[in-house]
Amino acid sequence: MLFRTLAKAEFRKLVELLLAANEVVGPKRVGTNVRGEPLHQFLPVSAFDELALDYANTEFPPKTYFLPYREDLCSYRFGDDDWTQDIRYQVHPRVIVGMHACDINGLVKLDKVFTRDTFPSPYYLSRRKNTLIIGIDHLPGPKCFCRSVGADLVERGFDLFLSDLDTRYFVAIGSDRGFGLLQRVDAKAITDEDRADYLALRHRIADAFETHVDVQNLPSLLDIEFESKLWKKWGDKCLSCGACAMVCPTCYCYGVHERVSIDFRCGAKVKQLHSCNLLDFAMVAGNHNFRPTRESRLKYRYYHQHRGFVEAYDEPNCVGCNRCGHACLVGINPPDVIADLQAEERR
Amino acid sequence: MKYLRIEPRRPKVGIFDFTSCEGCELQLVNHEESLADFLACVEIVNFREASAARDDTYDIALVEGSISRADEVERLKSIRAKAKTLVAFGSCACFGGVNRLKNACDLVAANREVYGAHPKETLPVRAVKEIVPVDLEIPGCPVNKPEVERIVQHLMMDLPFQLPVYPVCVECKQRFTTCLYERGELCLGAISRAGCDAPCPAGGLGCWGCRGPALDANVEAFRSMVRERGFSQRELDERMSFFGGFEVRS
Ligand code: SF4
Ligand code: SF4
Ligand code: SF4
Ligand code: SF4
Ligand code: SF4
Repeated sequence: MLFRTLAKAEFRKLVELLLAANEVVGPKRVGTNVRGEPLHQFLPVSAFDELALDYANTEFPPKTYFLPYREDLCSYRFGDDDWTQDIRYQVHPRVIVGMHACDINGLVKLDKVFTRDTFPSPYYLSRRKNTLIIGIDHLPGPKCFCRSVGADLVERGFDLFLSDLDTRYFVAIGSDRGFGLLQRVDAKAITDEDRADYLALRHRIADAFETHVDVQNLPSLLDIEFESKLWKKWGDKCLSCGACAMVCPTCYCYGVHERVSIDFRCGAKVKQLHSCNLLDFAMVAGNHNFRPTRESRLKYRYYHQHRGFVEAYDEPNCVGCNRCGHACLVGINPPDVIADLQAEERR
Repeated sequence: MKYLRIEPRRPKVGIFDFTSCEGCELQLVNHEESLADFLACVEIVNFREASAARDDTYDIALVEGSISRADEVERLKSIRAKAKTLVAFGSCACFGGVNRLKNACDLVAANREVYGAHPKETLPVRAVKEIVPVDLEIPGCPVNKPEVERIVQHLMMDLPFQLPVYPVCVECKQRFTTCLYERGELCLGAISRAGCDAPCPAGGLGCWGCRGPALDANVEAFRSMVRERGFSQRELDERMSFFGGFEVRS
């Protein structure tokens, strides 16, 4: 990977160049919670100063710019005796500034699902290819556990990635596009001092994690604990509300339904993100439900993320952002659930 | 009008109101941009709120309101006898609605409070399904017109319609609303049936469960969560009783 440094004023210039020609999305402050902490969401910005690059986490993951909660897959017009179909993959180019490593790694996982398998998704691909990503490092919050799941560092999936060295940014270049972009501002070759400062920052970040999850051998532990009573304990708490999957940067399950205009002249296939925690997720013809109980649904969320996905892609489908844990009203979160299973195994 | 070369039925629809504010009926003539098309889908007979015409033959009876008088019971039974499909239309019809609050009061005292020296004959409030079999329920206070349109389309094509069974939180998250609990406020979204598109949390009010409980809602865990967050039992019970959809032990 190539590295450069960028003075802060130059970075501002870079964003302003991008703003002049593209939609730019970034972390924006949207309010304050009851504990006085700021709330942030990824939203379109119109000026550099609207970006809150020092945000801790966002309420919703940036995945919604690639996998929207709802989208029309295709639309139809019906004539008296025929019909036409309209499918649009084209999207406007977009820039996302300020994605943290976990969220970029979330996209890298989604890439595996939506671009590599037998049926790549043209919808996902067009958004992914037309989105320029500038990521940024941050000191982990008390509940972040991205390091435990190997998602605290990014190697791919972005165009530029910034680390804040106080007076300047240390910039990792992740693509030709990112390289080209740096040509338009005054980016400097890195010095020994830059390298030393960057490494010191990396250590500072690594040492700042307070939450650790042991995911070594987790798939086999999950196999052994399939019948564990603990699933009932956690399942009894679960509200089956789906909030966890909605805010998760890697969950990708969806349903498709049809919408037909009331004059029966037009229609659309609508895709809507869904969640394995929801009661009707595994409902099939004849009203049979493969996962009728809360515990079975909650369990499968953990099995998909930490066992099934590992089997398919050699890594968990979790980047340790703890958005699910934060959004869950009853406090179900991966570090506690996994620690509970591990403690059970040792008992 | 054909859809995929199939001619949809144009059902005869009768609209009947019982104990209610008639707000759900009013929704039928709402959504002006599609009103003409909507009216082309159905032949409306018997709609006191919009027309004086009367016809006693209908395929679908939309029944609005809860049942709170003996004569309403009789009228409902005769509608059931005539209708092929009887739809409980709106939350009052589905589970009693706001009217159900009355059941927690002493009926005589409530009568005196409302009608003073001229008491009316009244019964405890019941949902339509407590009196006659119901084929389809459309909850909502009021009903959501786009959803009504979708349901009517399904009836025209003789297709089964599935209301969402999951809680409001799904739709709330999907419109990027900051959770009310982040703001320290109460919300019933996690136990309430979705399908409304979560307008109330987005508007800052929190959900009051006007569409009734989500299927298999985990009320017990929800109650302890709310208690742990410092809301009083009374505040929660009041909210859960408001639209009559939840069983609230008193
Ligand atoms: S499962 Fe939870 S912690 Fe893991 S990526 Fe999803 S939201 Fe983040
Ligand atoms: S199965 Fe569940 S955990 Fe896995 S992606 Fe789907 S919603 Fe997320
Ligand atoms: S784990 Fe929490 S957020 Fe997820 S469905 Fe259960 S209650 Fe909702
Ligand atoms: S505001 Fe209410 S409906 Fe929305 S996520 Fe929070 S609890 Fe659920
Ligand atoms: S958010 Fe709750 S109260 Fe509001 S319309 Fe939906 S179900 Fe009714």
